[in-house]
Amino acid sequence: MTISIRSVEKTFGRYPALNGVSLEIADGELLALLGPSGSGKTTLLRAIAGLEFPEKGQILFNDQDMTYASAAARQVGFVFQQYALFRHMTLAKNIAFGLDVRKGAAKPPKAEIDKRVDDLLNLVELPGLGKRYPAQLSGGQRQRVALARALAVSPSVLLLDEPFGALDATVRKSLRKELRRIHDATGVTTIFVTHDQEEALELADRVAILNHGVIEQVGTPQEVHDSPVGAFVAGFVGEANRLEGSVKAGHFQGGEIALPAQGAADGAAVAFVRPHDLIRAPAGEESFFITTDRINVQGPVARIEGKTPGGQRIEAAFERNSAEGLRRGDKLGLTAQKAYVFSA
Amino acid sequence: MTAKALTTAPAVPRRPFVRRRSAIPGFALSLGVTIALLSIIVLIPMLSVGLKATQQSFPDFLDAAFNARALAAYRLSFGAAFIAAVINGVFGLVTAWALVRYEFPGKGVINALIDLPFALPTAVAGIALAALYAENGWVGSLVAPLGWKIAFTPLGVVVALTFIGLPFVVRTVEPVMRDLSADVEEAAASLGANRLDTIIRVILPALAPAWLTGFALAFARGIGEYGSVIFIAGNMPYRSEIAPLLIIIELEQYDYAGAATIAVVMLAASFLMLFVINAMQAWARKRSA
Amino acid sequence: MSPRHATEDAPWVKALILAVMALFLAFILLLPMISVFYEALRKGWEPAKAAIQNPDALAAIKLTLITAAVTVPFNAVFGVCAAWAVAKHNFPGKSFLITLIDLPFSVSPVVAGLIYVMVFGAQGWFGDWLIDHDIKIIFAIPGIILATIFVTFPFIARELIPLMQEQGVDEEEAAVSLGASGLRTFWSVTAPNIRWGLLYGVLLCNARAMGEFGAVSVVSGHIRGLTNTMPLHVEILYNEYDFVGAFAVAALLCFLAIVTLALKTLLEMAQPQSRPARH
Repeated sequence: MTISIRSVEKTFGRYPALNGVSLEIADGELLALLGPSGSGKTTLLRAIAGLEFPEKGQILFNDQDMTYASAAARQVGFVFQQYALFRHMTLAKNIAFGLDVRKGAAKPPKAEIDKRVDDLLNLVELPGLGKRYPAQLSGGQRQRVALARALAVSPSVLLLDEPFGALDATVRKSLRKELRRIHDATGVTTIFVTHDQEEALELADRVAILNHGVIEQVGTPQEVHDSPVGAFVAGFVGEANRLEGSVKAGHFQGGEIALPAQGAADGAAVAFVRPHDLIRAPAGEESFFITTDRINVQGPVARIEGKTPGGQRIEAAFERNSAEGLRRGDKLGLTAQKAYVFSA
Repeated sequence: MTAKALTTAPAVPRRPFVRRRSAIPGFALSLGVTIALLSIIVLIPMLSVGLKATQQSFPDFLDAAFNARALAAYRLSFGAAFIAAVINGVFGLVTAWALVRYEFPGKGVINALIDLPFALPTAVAGIALAALYAENGWVGSLVAPLGWKIAFTPLGVVVALTFIGLPFVVRTVEPVMRDLSADVEEAAASLGANRLDTIIRVILPALAPAWLTGFALAFARGIGEYGSVIFIAGNMPYRSEIAPLLIIIELEQYDYAGAATIAVVMLAASFLMLFVINAMQAWARKRSA
Repeated sequence: MSPRHATEDAPWVKALILAVMALFLAFILLLPMISVFYEALRKGWEPAKAAIQNPDALAAIKLTLITAAVTVPFNAVFGVCAAWAVAKHNFPGKSFLITLIDLPFSVSPVVAGLIYVMVFGAQGWFGDWLIDHDIKIIFAIPGIILATIFVTFPFIARELIPLMQEQGVDEEEAAVSLGASGLRTFWSVTAPNIRWGLLYGVLLCNARAMGEFGAVSVVSGHIRGLTNTMPLHVEILYNEYDFVGAFAVAALLCFLAIVTLALKTLLEMAQPQSRPARH
């Protein structure tokens, strides 16, 4: 199913949560809504689910206007941040709920519901646990049950609000892979909200980046990382050294650091340079120097922190062997392979 | 798993007549029922007293509200409620401390009994206290040789209101006391404070908002109390007659305006207390957050 | 002397506090309670039993039960509606509405009775109309029920609002997004989560409804065998110096109160939760 969001606006009191958001989501796509807290990403997800209602704009499912349809009428699967499992029901009852509440001919026979519950418990790798209660499960297991419950109704869209937010790091990683596997197995259009860029970039087909209720950029993980369209995305996605300065005739100058800035307008500007886009320059070709004050080797990567004579802090990441012989306090010549420059 | 075609979904209105506020249904119905019942049972009938009180000239109103007998009744109702709240403030704090901090035999029973004044009909409390504190009662006969009279004097009113207000201080202070982490006390001790310092400078200030709220609740309840008081008060005009009793007496004399006038004065006091209590609870929440 | 933990009181402090508490509770709570039973049985079982089996007493018991049977469900419906509106939704004026719901707690029971006299009494707003249509509310059972509803109005709402606020709206939103109707959401998801709180509120509401004196006293008219509830019956017997009779009926009410406290303690064990005193 395709979803079209057209100029949606929503305010809470005087605070605008969504400020004219438009977004097209393709059938079968796995899309991440990425942004800092307060960016409106959860509000957008809840508006798609029918848990919030916008003041302006439209939300279309397959060209049908669903802006003011009730949550029950939308047939979406929603996985809540804190899972919202029904605590007084067994896992099987939780998963079957969406089918149990159907009326008349729409309600499948009991045997079929039981079969579906078993299938889903297998899908989320909790076979045979149908008789347990939510309180008897670990966080990761509850997450899987919440996912199974949302999938039970064969939703046309699966919506997940910070699906891994409440889990510890190792469980997060394995569940991330699992969500991808389940998405690929079911083919259901999936949208999830996260503030964790690593999660968004690893998992999603496309990422929509929100800030202050506005979508800053939509693109594949590679696009938003390698070609940010603005200062917010450049700073938010991936690591970057942020430099303030100005552009004159296609050149950025910030303190002693000079960078090429083709196409950028003259005037005050900010530049972003990713640590791994900085390389150790051969003698004579250095764009600037730093005095290193910390060298940290993590597996194949050496991370170097230091300061320019003017006091600008710089972080660089090299392959381990190109940092060979470097010591704390050494003067290091660097040059940037790539920089993103935006008017301030 | 196939996505179910949405053509089966019900037709959707383009824009609802009333803007949807919440995804959870039943808002209009539940709020409607709430406001309707609140208006019918509480708000509109309460207006009637105010209207009745204004159906007299202003000097008449002042006389009905503040004649000597009424003033004496207010003095007793407010004064006795205040003293009883002070007594409960002290002993309620001690009781809460014992219930939270100590283990002792019969703790469970005492904990349950604290709420007896909530569960026991006030009239039962009234006759029991009257029997106990009368000159020939178990307690009354103990103090009679000292020349003290408790029942059928203003002192009896204080006893009854102490009974009625007992649970308030205990039950508001108790949870705060329980949440007061041992860390704070240990920190105070490790910083060199002795036990008394710790109690006076750390524990009591932390309990203050809840304690004041409990005090105010007990006081507010005492002002309006009737059932437990009339049996033990003696009900002598100007001396041991409480304000609610005066309303009943005027009603029995078909002085509706007079009864309504005293009711209005008492309602004004109730509203003031409600306002104070709400402000205190907001303060307590802010402090404990 | 063995070392004492920093948060522990000295033994003499502990002894003093326990002694003060014991004395205070003995004089204010325990002795009055014991004296009720003592006075009732002062002349043995038979007079006490006779006082309770007296037709007027039985009529009072019946009226008390009827009053509670109407009041409690009424306030339960109100409490659930109010809690649903207040705890599960946001709207302007919400905290003001909560204050209004609490209002009857701070009104003197006598004033609570008086307001219905002003509305339905012979001198009241609807007085003439009611007389013309031969409908009796004041000095009759409807007045007693109305006054009791007023006095116990906030009990169940007050119990449910914080409970439902604490539980949040996640589970209800999940149910709705899974296609459940409003009613189904309430019965399958909300009701099981609030049943202990609701029962707790019902218990306290029932105790107060059966025991209400001041408000009922104003509207009842004290007609023996007709408009007397148990607490009013206690008053009449007491004022007639029939102490054994008064205390016998009082002992029955006191017994009910003890049962209420026992059930309340059980409920608190079933669902531990701190409850602020508000009643």
